[in-house]
Amino acid sequence: MLEFERDLDELRDHIAELERDAGADSNSHVVRELAVLQLELEARTADIFAHLTPWQRVQLARHPQRPHTQDYIDRLCSDFTELHGDRRFADDPSVVAGLATFEGRSVMVVGHQKGRSTAENVERNFGMAHPEGFRKALRLFDMAERFGRPVLTFLDTPGASPTLDDEKRGQSWAIAENMARLARLRVPVIVTVIGEGGSGGALALGVGDRVLMLEHAIYSVASPEAAAAIIWRSSDHAEEAAAALGLTAPDLLRAGLIDRVVPEPEGGAHRDFDTAAANLRAELARMLQELCAQNVDDLVSARYAKFRAMGEHQNVPAV
Amino acid sequence: MAVRRRGGMQSDPDIPVDLWVTCRKCGGMHYRPEYEAALRVCPTCNYHDRLDAAERIALLLDEPGRFQEIDADITAADPLEFSRPSGSYVDRVAKARALTSRNEAIVCGIGPLQGRPVALGVMEFGFIAGSMGSATGEKITRLFEHALRHRLPVVTVTASGGARQDEGLFALMQMARTTAAAARLGEAGLPHICVMADPTLAGVTASFAAVADIIIGEPGATIRFAGSRVVQGTLRRRAPVEDHTTEWVLRQGMIDLVVPRRELRETLARVIGHLAPAHVTAPAPMAARAARV
Ligand SMILES: [Zn+2]
Repeated sequence: MLEFERDLDELRDHIAELERDAGADSNSHVVRELAVLQLELEARTADIFAHLTPWQRVQLARHPQRPHTQDYIDRLCSDFTELHGDRRFADDPSVVAGLATFEGRSVMVVGHQKGRSTAENVERNFGMAHPEGFRKALRLFDMAERFGRPVLTFLDTPGASPTLDDEKRGQSWAIAENMARLARLRVPVIVTVIGEGGSGGALALGVGDRVLMLEHAIYSVASPEAAAAIIWRSSDHAEEAAAALGLTAPDLLRAGLIDRVVPEPEGGAHRDFDTAAANLRAELARMLQELCAQNVDDLVSARYAKFRAMGEHQNVPAV
Repeated sequence: MAVRRRGGMQSDPDIPVDLWVTCRKCGGMHYRPEYEAALRVCPTCNYHDRLDAAERIALLLDEPGRFQEIDADITAADPLEFSRPSGSYVDRVAKARALTSRNEAIVCGIGPLQGRPVALGVMEFGFIAGSMGSATGEKITRLFEHALRHRLPVVTVTASGGARQDEGLFALMQMARTTAAAARLGEAGLPHICVMADPTLAGVTASFAAVADIIIGEPGATIRFAGSRVVQGTLRRRAPVEDHTTEWVLRQGMIDLVVPRRELRETLARVIGHLAPAHVTAPAPMAARAARV
């Protein structure tokens, strides 16, 4: 549980206790007290969530109970068939991918996958993909194009796995090749940042026609800890880095780097997976409909123009 | 080639700075005139020391005077109004401009390489560690687009610490943007050759550089994805000390060849000759500026 959630949880427990004690008894005094407490809980939740600091959003984006890619796939798609392996080296469990039906359409879904328990996180490498994970994604992007199926990607990673073994197998190459492929893929691609969009490891699944972000998701050039290590020479300054990097969904919408912020249920997506998924479904369905109606050449040109426009520079006399 | 004394070199206050150079790799001491004559290649360990953009252009082109720089007027904005404990981003850019006499961390233009016009982009490591921000990405993208319009082969020389943190997600998006431009060049059947010089790291390794048709490494260069400080910040443990040199990356199968500096121009011309369309003629670059090497 996060620090700023603790008060809310105490209040929630208190309400639950009262409800339990009251049982079937419809004593008007208890009913009135419950109603008052319920209102207070709502008001306090709304107040906290209306004034979240960037660091609190980082904590929410990483909340251990937050829905991950598989949770969204389960709620958004029917008949998901997971496909494994890069046909080169190994299967990487930190990326889940496969064919599924979304709103009556066959789609390819690909996303980073974090674990919830420690054991699962070790298995999934905390959502930090290895080169073979990105190459599994690449194989399936190719397949999606070959069969004319749209691609939905879900971003949720602290960053690409940075160990010596990852270097050995060409982590930089895997990321770059995915971006190059996605940039030119001749089917619609919709990207959703559901939790942590960390650096190149996120961008390797992040080039698409539309980029959405869940309300409390983050997307950053480096994790706040890594940025702090670079800028302040110590990851202890992560909170300051989070504030300086402009990594929240509202910040990035204002900056024109994402297309849409998908609202989360009161108290965050981890409070209510179904509502979070339903909100996302509505946006994805509308956008997919729109993109599938487009001519493919126009689609790819527009995608190029979209990323071409991301950046701010100025002109000064040549020195 | 033009020899200028600045940046790159490590100097000891007790030793006359003009006469001796210490190799950053092996610590060997070299007599400067000989070292410069050897194109700054360490005679002991074969480390290829850093060159600035002007020196690199002089090394690669037939006549450096015929280099026509493009987009020299593009410089960094400050989209996040970013500040570090050591100073604001605006100040860092101003200092970098004063130090390098460049407006950005890459110099782009058109010039003849063994008789054939190429679009050349050379990173300036002295400019905020060659980091890639929006303006850097804009210049790289324009270079690929210019080459596409004029049907020119592209040569890039990378020397970079990676994405420029001071621009947040704007900097990260330069990876996608430059890679998309490089991919479009490839679709048009035009070659991109990348020379990875010391150091080529993170957001630059993992974008337009890695998708080049042919990747040439300079001997002894550090080429890697994650810098040690990033590894430390992410995994909360120290980065492995193994060096990620050109030779190591070649053994892993990630680059095509390692070429000594003396043979670089000839090698580039040879591979471009094999890949570039035969009928390429020399066009006048758009908005070309006077040569200034
Ligand atoms: Zn040496």
